[in-house]
Amino acid sequence: MKIHEYQAKELFRKYGVSVPFGIAVESVESALKAYQDLGSGTVVVKSQIHAGGRGKGTVHCPNTGDILLEGGVHLAHSKEEVEQFAKTMLNHILITHQTGPAGKEVQKLLIESGVDIKRELYAGIVLDRVDRKFVFMVSTEGGMDIETVADKTPEKIVKEWIEPETGLTNTQAITLAKALELEEDQIDSAVSIFSALWAAFSENDCSLMEINPLVVTGDNTVMALDAKINIDDNSLFRHADLKELYDPNEEDAAEVEASKNNLNYIKLDGKVGCMVNGAGLAMGTMDIIKLYGGEPANFLDVGGVANAETVSNGFKIILTDPNVKSILINIFGGIVRCDRVAKGVIEAMESENITVPVVVRLEGTNSKEASQILNDDSFDFIVATSLGDAAEKAVKATGVTS
Amino acid sequence: MSILIDQNTKLIIQGITGTEGSFHGKQMQDYGTQVVGGVTPGKGGQEALGVPVFHTVKEAIDTTGANASVIFVPPPFAASAVIEAVKAEIELIICITEGIPTKDMVTVNAVLADSSTRMLGPNCPGLISPGKCKIGIMPGFIHTPGTIGVISRSGTLTYEAVHQLGEVGLGQSTSMGIGGDPIIGTTFIDALSLFLEDDDTTGVVLIGEIGGTAEEETAEWVTQNNFQKPIVAFIAGATAPPGRRMGHAGAIIAGGKGTADDKKAALKAANISVVDSPAEIGSAMKKLIS
Repeated sequence: MKIHEYQAKELFRKYGVSVPFGIAVESVESALKAYQDLGSGTVVVKSQIHAGGRGKGTVHCPNTGDILLEGGVHLAHSKEEVEQFAKTMLNHILITHQTGPAGKEVQKLLIESGVDIKRELYAGIVLDRVDRKFVFMVSTEGGMDIETVADKTPEKIVKEWIEPETGLTNTQAITLAKALELEEDQIDSAVSIFSALWAAFSENDCSLMEINPLVVTGDNTVMALDAKINIDDNSLFRHADLKELYDPNEEDAAEVEASKNNLNYIKLDGKVGCMVNGAGLAMGTMDIIKLYGGEPANFLDVGGVANAETVSNGFKIILTDPNVKSILINIFGGIVRCDRVAKGVIEAMESENITVPVVVRLEGTNSKEASQILNDDSFDFIVATSLGDAAEKAVKATGVTS
Repeated sequence: MSILIDQNTKLIIQGITGTEGSFHGKQMQDYGTQVVGGVTPGKGGQEALGVPVFHTVKEAIDTTGANASVIFVPPPFAASAVIEAVKAEIELIICITEGIPTKDMVTVNAVLADSSTRMLGPNCPGLISPGKCKIGIMPGFIHTPGTIGVISRSGTLTYEAVHQLGEVGLGQSTSMGIGGDPIIGTTFIDALSLFLEDDDTTGVVLIGEIGGTAEEETAEWVTQNNFQKPIVAFIAGATAPPGRRMGHAGAIIAGGKGTADDKKAALKAANISVVDSPAEIGSAMKKLIS
């Protein structure tokens, strides 16, 4: 689960990580009030969306698509400038290299006091899947895209692997601080911020934390100027407080609806809707649709048990996408018998108003009986016999209207 | 032959009295797996599926001589269930549970690293040595005894591959799902080392997916170890958008890393036969074997 920068910074404050004074707002009026509350000096107006690259993004008009502003993060020195930026960014679309071409609507801004910056650094905590440990990384190359740094100058990223039983040790924190070539009177501040970051990461079951840039201020404080935090979805059962930070406005409406029904749905741009049991087979089904010349309209894993209810919910979700021209149901019936799945599909077809061709491929226990049931039904199913056959028929069917 | 499990494997089920544990426990018994007991804290002394239930894994092992444990414990308690089994010195743990927090798995792996226990999973369908023993949730009947090893990060896609192997007349020595989470116990490399040493395994199907670098490391290992048995690989997720988690917690292209293209290229460079279509796994293996 992603959270906003302003939420991440509130979390940081609780752990004693130094961050700039800031106020999150949703309207131009509140932006101006925040500017006043922050002392009417120099502020930064930062758009709050769940994607990186905001500074280098472009703000677009939602109706015309015209570019209204270069950059989703701006320095403002006066009330007029704050008003101008707030008006131009709020409720408009910010496109960055991480949002995809559709971009995201800016619904909140963070108004922050300007900071006197001496140096820009980087700090991050991620999971090392190979070593099966969390790793704390720092770099002197703050403000840059860290993936670029990792590619071009990997020696400029210093890492400390964290043992679960000890957590980040003081020695490790000192090693990291020294790697940043900090001055003697900045080291203590860095060590305490690193320990606090690790505590925040660990106690909140984060899956990713990035501070880019981490800055040294004019008075030698080390401060988190930016904050990116992802929370491990699997841990949310023990973090009722973090669940509150979920922002459904950042997600596709159909995806939010799907997750309420325990369906794993991701909307894509193609015409072939697909409904599959199991995540790996669902990805494989998308891939084979593409190999047969089509484009998948979605990823949809209906889970291990495919019954009338899950199939029916699956249809509902797929059909929220007007681009869908055919639907491919690919179920590998294992312990769930295919004839039961077939009956479930027919029941779902009867309850939903399906106007696009439906290709069904059921494999596994009682698959022959299942084909028979589908063929005998009054609905004009396209029954497929293998994975390849199913993909071919589903792609072909996108040109057919029934 | 087979790897890790066979007709002599004695299995206990952690979570035997739960819905999943009892349902799949019955399926495993029907397949012929020797289920010798179960563990549910607080329900020791009872009986389930015709076998005794114990409070602790240690009691279960001491009484039944079990050497493998399958875990169907819900996510909040799964990590401590695994650690309990490791501390009781069980040889093999198969953790089926999906949704265990990553932090918990980091702790589990530190405990595993100091032990001689092997863990498969979590978030996996388990493993099967056809005709001998099934531990997990896969449909037993689609498998046939034979000489192909199957290793996969997926569940139903593994069944698909096994089904295709069956259609071209190739049975399996052992088929295993290693799990869809970012942190897993047994890796592709661990499984390949076992298949390498198993004389009755003549070829291996490897099913990877986007996210992480497990396939790239496997490719490097295959080259370094001069792995001579034929391998057919499929990588799911060529059409997956970056930055999105595709169902499995570990299936995500992050920061441009973990794409299907990168993985396929690495595997091809190791002379592994990579199929782009998931419908060609069986036929590709048939070609290599005959």
